[in-house]
Amino acid sequence: MLRLFFRRLLESIPTLLILIAVTFFMMRMAPGGPFDSEKRLAPEVEANLRAAYHLDEPLWQQFGRYLWNLAQGDFGPSFQYRDRTVTELIASGFPVSLQLGGLAMLIAVVAGVALGSLAALRQNKATDYTTMAAAMTGISVPNFVLAPLLVLVFAVYLGWLPAGGLGEASLLEGGWKNLVLPVFTLALTQVAYIARLTRGSMIEVLRSNYIRTARAQGLSTLTILFRHALKPALIPVVSYLGPATAGLITGSVVIEQIFGLPGLGRYFVTGALNRDYTLVLGIVVFYGALIILFNFLVDLIYGWLDPRSRE
Amino acid sequence: MTAPVGAPLSAIAVPEAPRSLWTDAWSTLRQNRAAMAAAVILGALVLLVLVGPSLSDHRYDKPNWDEIAVPPSLTGGHLFGTDSLGRDLFTRTLMGGRLSLLVGVVSTLVSMLIGIAWGATAGFLGGRADRIMMRIVDILYALPFMFLVILLMVLFGRNILLIFVAIGACNWLDMARIVRGQTLGLKQREFIEAARVSGVKPGRIILRHIVPNLLGVVVIYVTLTIPQVILVESFLSFLGLGVQEPQTSWGVMVSDGAMDMENAPWMLVFPAAFLAVTLFCFNYLGDGLRDALDPRDRSGR
Amino acid sequence: MTQLVAEWRWWLPALTAAALLAACSRPGDEASLPTPQTVQVGGASGQELAAEQILRKGNGAEPESLDPHRAEGVTSSNVLRDLFEGLVTEAPDGTLIPGAAESWTISEDGRVYTFKLQPRGRWSNGDPVVAEDFAFGLRRSADPATLSEYSAILYPIDNAYEVVNGSLPVDRLGVRAIDERTLEIRLHSPTPYLLGLLTHSSTYPVHRPSVVKFGDKFARPGNLVSNGAYGLQAWVVQSYIQLVRNTHYWDNDQTVINEVWYYPVENAESELRRYRANEFDTTETVPNRQIPWLRKNLPAELHIAPYLGSYSYGFNTTQPPFKDNIPLRKALAMALDRDILVGKITGAGEIAAYSWVPPVTGYQNQQPVWATWTQEQRNAEARRLYAQAGYSAEQPLRMQLLHNTEINHRRLAVAMAAMWRDVLGVETEILNQEWQVFLQTRRTRIDTQVFRYGWIGDYNDPYTFAEILESKHGLNDMSYNNPRYDALLLEASREADPAVRMGLLQEAERVMLDDMPMLPIYYYVSKQMVKPWVAGYESNIMDHHHSRHFRILKH
Repeated sequence: MLRLFFRRLLESIPTLLILIAVTFFMMRMAPGGPFDSEKRLAPEVEANLRAAYHLDEPLWQQFGRYLWNLAQGDFGPSFQYRDRTVTELIASGFPVSLQLGGLAMLIAVVAGVALGSLAALRQNKATDYTTMAAAMTGISVPNFVLAPLLVLVFAVYLGWLPAGGLGEASLLEGGWKNLVLPVFTLALTQVAYIARLTRGSMIEVLRSNYIRTARAQGLSTLTILFRHALKPALIPVVSYLGPATAGLITGSVVIEQIFGLPGLGRYFVTGALNRDYTLVLGIVVFYGALIILFNFLVDLIYGWLDPRSRE
Repeated sequence: MTAPVGAPLSAIAVPEAPRSLWTDAWSTLRQNRAAMAAAVILGALVLLVLVGPSLSDHRYDKPNWDEIAVPPSLTGGHLFGTDSLGRDLFTRTLMGGRLSLLVGVVSTLVSMLIGIAWGATAGFLGGRADRIMMRIVDILYALPFMFLVILLMVLFGRNILLIFVAIGACNWLDMARIVRGQTLGLKQREFIEAARVSGVKPGRIILRHIVPNLLGVVVIYVTLTIPQVILVESFLSFLGLGVQEPQTSWGVMVSDGAMDMENAPWMLVFPAAFLAVTLFCFNYLGDGLRDALDPRDRSGR
Repeated sequence: MTQLVAEWRWWLPALTAAALLAACSRPGDEASLPTPQTVQVGGASGQELAAEQILRKGNGAEPESLDPHRAEGVTSSNVLRDLFEGLVTEAPDGTLIPGAAESWTISEDGRVYTFKLQPRGRWSNGDPVVAEDFAFGLRRSADPATLSEYSAILYPIDNAYEVVNGSLPVDRLGVRAIDERTLEIRLHSPTPYLLGLLTHSSTYPVHRPSVVKFGDKFARPGNLVSNGAYGLQAWVVQSYIQLVRNTHYWDNDQTVINEVWYYPVENAESELRRYRANEFDTTETVPNRQIPWLRKNLPAELHIAPYLGSYSYGFNTTQPPFKDNIPLRKALAMALDRDILVGKITGAGEIAAYSWVPPVTGYQNQQPVWATWTQEQRNAEARRLYAQAGYSAEQPLRMQLLHNTEINHRRLAVAMAAMWRDVLGVETEILNQEWQVFLQTRRTRIDTQVFRYGWIGDYNDPYTFAEILESKHGLNDMSYNNPRYDALLLEASREADPAVRMGLLQEAERVMLDDMPMLPIYYYVSKQMVKPWVAGYESNIMDHHHSRHFRILKH
């Protein structure tokens, strides 16, 4: 286990290096730059700006500089947010996205697995059809439609919940109200995905030999479900969950923009649109590291869910 | 504690099964009413999208300054109303369906094929090959999609094929990971062992024994990929790669319509309804296919 | 219970919006939409103040910086306007009034301005505001080491061009503090719009000791010392900026609002929803698509006014088919029915434009002769010119129209293409690009034919528009080049008599309109929502609003 961990850690270094290199050069090849705007800069000012951010150096040298700084934990200054560093911005955005995405994922896993298992147990019965139709609705209604609709109903017309922002109150003193709609919107799609995946693999597992044997031995449905069926049925769900969780806790642009939440997703998009090279790269590296971490966890969980898949 | 996953029922995946697999699947599928209904509706939808616009009284690209944002009516000539430029929404919804259905199906197939091939190979080979292949997937996950698309356009110009490449290239990752996850467990099973021991080549094992056993999960995930793909297309339009006016797509219509949901709900509701119906159909068809392809369930019905 | 029923009535339309049924309703059914609540504001007298004087403003994109000399966007300027005070400031209606300077004199040749500072001027930490603070601020702003992206706005000041471009040391900039309360600004050439420039954040003073002490971080909460009506209390990035009253401000007695909160919301639809949920008192903008609904349901809160901006399309005059092809350019310009474009497509009350310079104070709007024709007459002439340029139904013009991705640009482009097709038979391919890619493409001046060109003036003077079409100007993506136009502009910039100068600029625009290197469409409007209980708000052409003029009425 520990050896596995260190091997993965070692592997992650070249992985991240390649990720950084590809992203770095890809961004530089894309048209536009951080100081391009409709206005014209005085040549001297532009030269000064480029020099201050080392954009005047050859590309490979800039790349080397970036890696060197990164190795020391420095993501560099943000181009867009003039007096802030990328480290600061990630540190301010991540907790928000983590809270939002983490909560949504938690709800989604519990609800999705429960609904999916229920539907599988009642395959091709009314419960199954209703549950899956609900799940499909969650998938068919894109979040950029659902989120404004929920805000209109619950904030504008009913006035029960805030329309946006994180609020100044702490979570328990009313701050939770700001999270209800965004978390719900985020979770809904995920519930639907997880429910569909769970149902699909659960049906397969329920039909396998050993479950039939267990049934024949007169074990109760719940016992069968929790003792024997759930773990193997969760394998595809877990495969999906690794990257999905990493994605969710690093922020959903649509949700953060519509609800005006100060998360990472908004930084990423404004950064990309403004060619804030360091900010985008910083978030990509951060996200990449999380992807690697979560996929590692997923591989560990595989071994636990199905001991034979362990190498 | 952990119960061993039993081998699938006897005859299923024995080497020479494939032909009967597909014929069996077809007869099972035909008995599934929900799936058949979905297939019929989908067929009708495709037909409508293909011939509907030419039967309509209105051109999809002709603005009408006197009929801007007209609500739908049965008698007024605009069944679905008009958009903010006075164009007939019924015709536009059908026209939009052409691209969306095409993108939905083709890109999903592309991502499915890459995903299965990649995931099954990685999972089956294991070891170093698996690790390298999966780290590549990790990298692709984290690459900023927007720059990838912009760069593709800089290099290749605007090209309809690029839409499929751009979407396909980014949507196979989940599929690959799911397929690999399944393969890891699958390859330890007795019948795979048996095939291996009897000297069947790895490529053939993957194709003949692994893939058929994956199809259930694959089909489910395919039905989940279609909506993603259709909506991602509207993001490509933002970057100038997707459809360009006066052409349209459901993704673009839904994201435009979302801004009008309060003052002109019909601009959202109709394209969204078409999209939803399509997704439901794919879903039921997918479930039916899943049941039909499930090797364990051959005798079930 | 009745409360609940009433709410249900509101809720239903929103719910049914999701249902197919709602879409089939006829226009008459809209009576079921919530009617605007008649709020009794200001108590019996109508002017009673609310107990809590907190103003909450939606504010577009997150400000990139609150350093007045490094900020460049509209949204940071909005905040800086409350934090700092320039020598000159603006009344609610936008007229220039004394700010940190209580009076000034202008030399006869229009090249030396002498400002007398407010004797009571104080920084938010109590230090007196002295002339040297302004001189230091201007030098810092012009200093290339400051990395200001807006320093070109200082060019009218003597030696500013050389200082900004590094050929002269910063202390050669034409500003000096004669004594504690007297500041002199020498100009390179008479600049009638200088006073307007002095409301721009690039000319704000900064508190030298804190700049020296905190360096790059001097504009953070806790560090920032400002001389305006408010001080910076908190800045949570992407959440809010909180300003509180600066009790040392010289005119503090007249300030009513105690706190101003700025909320970044880059999504205008979200901003409007949060405004409607009473989370904001004012918005930064209003999405065009919502304006018909707002006109119907919240007409009193919607404020639309002319704005200093021009929306047009440029022709690439260096490449065929538009190179040396004035008839074709004119034909395309005439064939657009601008009344439909602004009346039915953009629909916020934009003003149909037939020229480049918007209605600027003191400048007489120029127009080509055909501006007064009927659209039929224009179409007829357009067809004639189109044929003269060698095109016909058999050999139509095929061209590409480029705009940056945005829903309103897209709708306008589609409408324009349809008009050209109907009137002339032109086949237009509409292309859109993401903003940065678009800028880059436009700048090449090669790969373009017809491209969107919008411009918002930096100051209330025609020159901020006219200069762009000067042949060597860096933003002249049309590559328009007419020596006579250039000569008129040069002459105008040397002219001290404001009336003669305006005359020269007007003539220059007439020359340009004869060549039609661009296709004017409309003049921008500013669009804002303001709650009925916000008093002291007035629309103005710069769309500048100072919170110290506002009051919150009882509601």
